[in-house]
Amino acid sequence: MAFYRPAPWQKPLSVALLIAALALPTLLTAIGQEFYVGFATRVLIFALAATSLNLVLGFGGMVSLGHAAFLGAGAYVAAICQQAGINEALLAFPAAMGVAGLFALLVGAISLRTRGVYFIMITLAFAQMAYYLFVSARAWGGDDGLPLTGKMAFAGIGLGGDTPLYYLALGCLALVMLLFGRLADARFGRTLQAIRENETRMEALGYAVFRYRLAAFALGGALAGLAGALLANLTGLASPNLLQWTQSGTLLVMVIIGGVGYLYGGVVGALILLVLEEFLVGLTPHWHIALGVLLLGVVLFAPKGVAALFGKRHG
Amino acid sequence: MTQLVLEQALNGLQFGLMLFLLAAGLTLVFGIMDCINLAHGSLYMVGAYFVAAAAQAADSFWIGLGAGVAGAAVLGLVLELSLFRRLYQRDHLSQVLATFALILIANEAVRVIWGPQPLMLNPPESLAGPLEIGEFFYPAYRLLIIGFGLAVAILLYLLVAKSRIGMWVRAGAANREMTEALGINVRALFTAVFVFGAALCALAGGLLGPLLAVQVGMGESVLILAFVVIIIGGIGSIRGALVGSLIVGTVDTLGRALLPTLLRALLPADAAATLGPALASILIYVLMAGILFFKPQGLFPARA
Amino acid sequence: MVEGLLEVRGLCRRFGAIEALKDIDFSVDTGEVHALIGPNGAGKTTFIHHVSGALQPDAGSVRFAGQDVTTFGMHRRVAAGMARSYQITNIFLGLDALDNVALAVQGRPDAGSSFRFWRPVRSETALFDEARSYLEQLGLGSKATTLAGNLSHGEQRALELAMALATRPRLLLLDEPMAGTGPEESARMVELIEHLARHVTILLVEHDMDAVFRLADRISVLVNGQLICTGTPEAVRNDAAVRRAYLGDHL
Ligand SMILES: Nc1ncnc2c1ncn2[C@@H]1O[C@H](COP(=O)(O)OP(=O)(O)O)[C@@H](O)[C@H]1O
Ligand SMILES: [Mg+2]
Repeated sequence: MAFYRPAPWQKPLSVALLIAALALPTLLTAIGQEFYVGFATRVLIFALAATSLNLVLGFGGMVSLGHAAFLGAGAYVAAICQQAGINEALLAFPAAMGVAGLFALLVGAISLRTRGVYFIMITLAFAQMAYYLFVSARAWGGDDGLPLTGKMAFAGIGLGGDTPLYYLALGCLALVMLLFGRLADARFGRTLQAIRENETRMEALGYAVFRYRLAAFALGGALAGLAGALLANLTGLASPNLLQWTQSGTLLVMVIIGGVGYLYGGVVGALILLVLEEFLVGLTPHWHIALGVLLLGVVLFAPKGVAALFGKRHG
Repeated sequence: MTQLVLEQALNGLQFGLMLFLLAAGLTLVFGIMDCINLAHGSLYMVGAYFVAAAAQAADSFWIGLGAGVAGAAVLGLVLELSLFRRLYQRDHLSQVLATFALILIANEAVRVIWGPQPLMLNPPESLAGPLEIGEFFYPAYRLLIIGFGLAVAILLYLLVAKSRIGMWVRAGAANREMTEALGINVRALFTAVFVFGAALCALAGGLLGPLLAVQVGMGESVLILAFVVIIIGGIGSIRGALVGSLIVGTVDTLGRALLPTLLRALLPADAAATLGPALASILIYVLMAGILFFKPQGLFPARA
Repeated sequence: MVEGLLEVRGLCRRFGAIEALKDIDFSVDTGEVHALIGPNGAGKTTFIHHVSGALQPDAGSVRFAGQDVTTFGMHRRVAAGMARSYQITNIFLGLDALDNVALAVQGRPDAGSSFRFWRPVRSETALFDEARSYLEQLGLGSKATTLAGNLSHGEQRALELAMALATRPRLLLLDEPMAGTGPEESARMVELIEHLARHVTILLVEHDMDAVFRLADRISVLVNGQLICTGTPEAVRNDAAVRRAYLGDHL
């Protein structure tokens, strides 16, 4: 794999996309399709979640099959905060990131001692463990999950209705993409990618490989937690299903479709998968088969993901 | 109390042996082909459906079991030749994606063919009742499963540890290039191992069918347990798979049965009621994390 | 007796049935070029792995610069002043030559933390200026922007060396730096090492006997995992056991 290098057209394109995204709710309202604002919010949130996985997977080279655990943890923290009377996103969201990040730190500290297939499966098992914990936690609704009484507030402004949450999700995603783009090109991103390429060599250059990996894993977890908190606000529920391994698989699929190790891989993948889903659901009740066949096609015929079809990796 | 402990211990053994049937194939596919097969659980599910459908059609559990296992083997063969063969050389990510896609397809296909309702699979009539050993009662069918599991475990052990094919398989797990250099047809060996693994899946699915419901999604939960087993045991090691299966089977079963009682004796009733089920359900994961912390390659690493 | 820069005592290592290293006592003194020779499969690379910390011994100790580093992982030994090159070229093929060396500079404790998330690494001119000086030292000045994967084999070997140097080592572990290079490139590499030896202590594993006898102050001979002799080039050349066990098969 090559190293990430921002392409010259990346910045203008990002700004153009941001402006388009800012205008989207107004546009949808103008053509009477407000319904899709909720869907667009979902896309933004999953773009954020998939991007957090892309940091771990694409830049850190860590194939985690348990990333949904951090998404779910974030959702639960938001719901629990609300239950405890904290309805302010400015408090609840950082808490969600903190808890998810600490959880990821713990999981990473054990999992990163293993390699390859072992790593994939131990992250999966940890996520499953978290899933069962939440399923059996009666205080938090057990199987049924913990519902939110309504959307939270951001800086005192209620997030009720679809549009405010959309803008909050957009703001979060934009900030995360900005941070992601910077760190990918900064020392940390360089180090992380070099470790992905050749761990032993980096060790032999004096890098404490484990620490960088762990930091990336925890950061990815924290960002997934943020996505989870947003998602809880969107769906009104922190459900154990969010932590299920099929959810982790879905995030992985998004990153792979979008392009592993491409800055926008997670965003592109989330967009494609969710739009495809929306489209296929309307077409046939057995859309899972169609999706499965499509995914097999991607593996066999477009192994580098869709972002790769648009040319070489940034430069 | 002894009745309960003994019964649960036997249940744990029975569960462990069934896990072994799944884990044995999985650990070889992982170990030798270095291929992540998330769809192994789907083979188990489809195998169980094959057995249940054939048993209903033939009105005989045994004919159903035989036909179902054979059907799963054929399905395994088709999958290996058409898809998995292309995946061995690919990276883990592609394997995850492709086999994840297979799960989606398998679950939905089963729903389309057999409907969303679980299928019923009855045990052979002669074994439907309990068996009485002195004071102790135990379902005859469960004893049969234990016997079956033990027989297959011994057979598999002999096959892998003593036979020539087994020697190749072990050699392939430890060092693939070397095995190929010795002129062994690794391709054919891979196919054989994969098909064999699929047949074992169906066997486990068919045997467990009368105890659990044959339904969509039954593969996923058991797949994760099989993963835990082979991580604990060491990927590629049959011995590890056996030890891991028995550990996971007994710890999980005994934990669920005894831990709540135990906690009730130690903690206030309220705390015990909350904590008991939670602890019991994550016990094996805690165990796995503990083992991996000290032995990152599992208990019996196949590669030195 | 003064303690050497590197002191290895009673080092043992088995791989299953193979006893790869048997009770090795070995030292490198500050300032010297100490060559380790021996037939293929003698255990030289394995020995380097144990000195650099890539592998842990079954028994024995490694002391470096007066400090017991036996339990140190590789990166801590590098931080303590040990650097190595690999027998099989081990560089980042997807980065250009300058980036490769800059990565090595960046890894040094005195170059600052790598937990920097914001500033583009390309704007850190200090890193790249220093990296460029190592490239120039090794005659790769004109190749700075060439992708490492597009360098010739000899240039890649030199780049590997530049990366090791960029960690500012006190001890340089070179595992067959001449491996696979042509005669011309070999001659250049010998000159390079001769030049480096003025500033840094070197443990050199090499097959090319002309190079070894030209560069080494002391030579140790490893056969079947056993150190059979250590001495000046003259002494080693005339050692009966060495001639029998090693040179006899080759010369
Ligand atoms: N990781 C390993 N596992 C098993 N045997 C090994 C391993 N590394 C080296 N060996 C064995 O140790 C011996 C020494 O190898 P090596 O150090 O590469 O020799 P040299 O570098 O002197 O040619 C050889 O017999 C080799 O097969
Ligand atoms: Mg060597």
